Amino acid sequence: MANSKYETVVGLEVHVELHTKSKIFCGCSTSFGAPPNTHTCPVCLGHPGVLPVLNRQAVEYAMKAAMAINCEIAEWCKFDRKNYFYPDSPKAYQISQYDQPIGQNGWIDIEVNGKTKRIGITRLHLEEDAGKLTHIDGGLGSLADFNRVGTPLVEIVSEPDIRSPEEAKAYLEKLRAIMLYCDVSDVKMEEGSMRCDANISIRPFGQEKFGTRAELKNMNSFRGVQRGLEYEELRQADILDGGGQVVQETRRWDENQGKTFSMRSKEEAHDYRYFPDPDLVRLRIDDEWKARVRASIPELPDARQARYISEYGLSSYDAGVLTASMKLANFFEESLKFTTDAKASANWIMGDLLGYLNANNFELEDAKITGQGLGELIQLIEKGTISTKIAKTVFKGIVETGKSPAQIVEEQGLVQISDEGAIVAVVDAVIAANPQSVEDFRGGKDKAIGFLVGQIMKETKGKANPGLVNKLLMERLKG
Amino acid sequence: MSISIKDVEHVANLARLELSDADKEQFAGQLNAILKYAEKLNELHTDEIEPTSHVLPIVNVMRDDAVKPSLTAEKALLNAPEEEDGQFKVPAVLE
Repeated sequence: MANSKYETVVGLEVHVELHTKSKIFCGCSTSFGAPPNTHTCPVCLGHPGVLPVLNRQAVEYAMKAAMAINCEIAEWCKFDRKNYFYPDSPKAYQISQYDQPIGQNGWIDIEVNGKTKRIGITRLHLEEDAGKLTHIDGGLGSLADFNRVGTPLVEIVSEPDIRSPEEAKAYLEKLRAIMLYCDVSDVKMEEGSMRCDANISIRPFGQEKFGTRAELKNMNSFRGVQRGLEYEELRQADILDGGGQVVQETRRWDENQGKTFSMRSKEEAHDYRYFPDPDLVRLRIDDEWKARVRASIPELPDARQARYISEYGLSSYDAGVLTASMKLANFFEESLKFTTDAKASANWIMGDLLGYLNANNFELEDAKITGQGLGELIQLIEKGTISTKIAKTVFKGIVETGKSPAQIVEEQGLVQISDEGAIVAVVDAVIAANPQSVEDFRGGKDKAIGFLVGQIMKETKGKANPGLVNKLLMERLKG
Repeated sequence: MSISIKDVEHVANLARLELSDADKEQFAGQLNAILKYAEKLNELHTDEIEPTSHVLPIVNVMRDDAVKPSLTAEKALLNAPEEEDGQFKVPAVLE
């Protein structure tokens, strides 16, 4: 809200599905996309007399995630029942952690407009996911698929430290990158393995007390979160400007209309009546267990970015782009096994590779190129086998076919011509064929040289060594 | 602390129970009697005792992350009052 008299205050609640093989309290599969109600059992369906048993891997993923966002890890944890009636939950309660979350008091750093800012994290707790409801048109009923019930989730609650929609997006992107580095989740907002609710309020600059907040739901993409918050801060500012008061309520973001709408759920305040789940015994996380999980955390994005700057001399921005995705960072490092020119590799990745991926709406794994392929390509340029210009053609070949650069150069006859005799012959022919340009150049029109070089490159199908072409052409013209 | 008719109505609503006025009177009385009985515990000094969440002296009961067979959709739906397309059909819920 540039130029506004209000300051925006945002806190985010992010749910991340942990990618265990089985559910948090039973052995049903967590795989996505199975036919409805084929991954259920008496435990996750909430039948009477069943006993949930905690999935150790879910606890360790949650610990890992909490450590990666700098939380203190609890020594003692318990699980609590959060009671509510809604048909997405067959038990009529969700097993969650109320007052003893696995992690507390963490933080992550985000970067917006070149400035680093620390966002506090209140807590991270472990809980189970609910089922999926679809609604029959015309209000004839709703259908419940319980496959997702019991998928382990961590809920990550931020402090109200976020001051703009842009910061909110940067926070989510950083959180996503960290979860990917830790390999605890697929974190795909579009598939729902990462979900975000936002609390947003505004207050006049200088006022200490927070304004009345609205809770935003149903933002299904990073862009959606940013747009939803942008809409909401303006809506609230309009209300205050008009002398009104913001109502505390839950609002739903409508992506198509680009607006938020009050959900007008009956204003009976939620009364979840949390109590310790008697079926699950307490969890004790001792130092040895913590140390073991901590040791499994890889180098995280911030550390890797700092290393790229100091070790490879990359700019902060370039290092940030490369490390935002672990796959991209690994690709970059793989390429450096085949070339020492880190800056060249970074430029190829950020320019040609990301351009190719964006143009085709691809993920990195959809492109056929490997880090090795890129490294070898840069090596061919270093050795003078191909020119930078021809390298673009070779790159296209690698990225589309997965063949090695050397193979593409050979198949397409792209080896650079560095034989002076051969180039001189072409230079002479071009000079002879374009007397006007030669005269222009000699008359002081430097631009004419570009035309002549272009003609030479055209004659040699771009394969002439550009350095030699320039040198020989100048010699001929001045001689 | 004493339980009013209003409290009974609130708890009944949370539990989705429909109570007659006579029920409410009766439950208010019974709930008050239970609370009064439990109030005896307040005579004990528990300031230095950590709240007990579980009475069993065991911790860390966990299983390995292994997938086990699930029920078939047909079996899972056996108790469903209504079903459609392999799913539990419930009255429309639209927020």
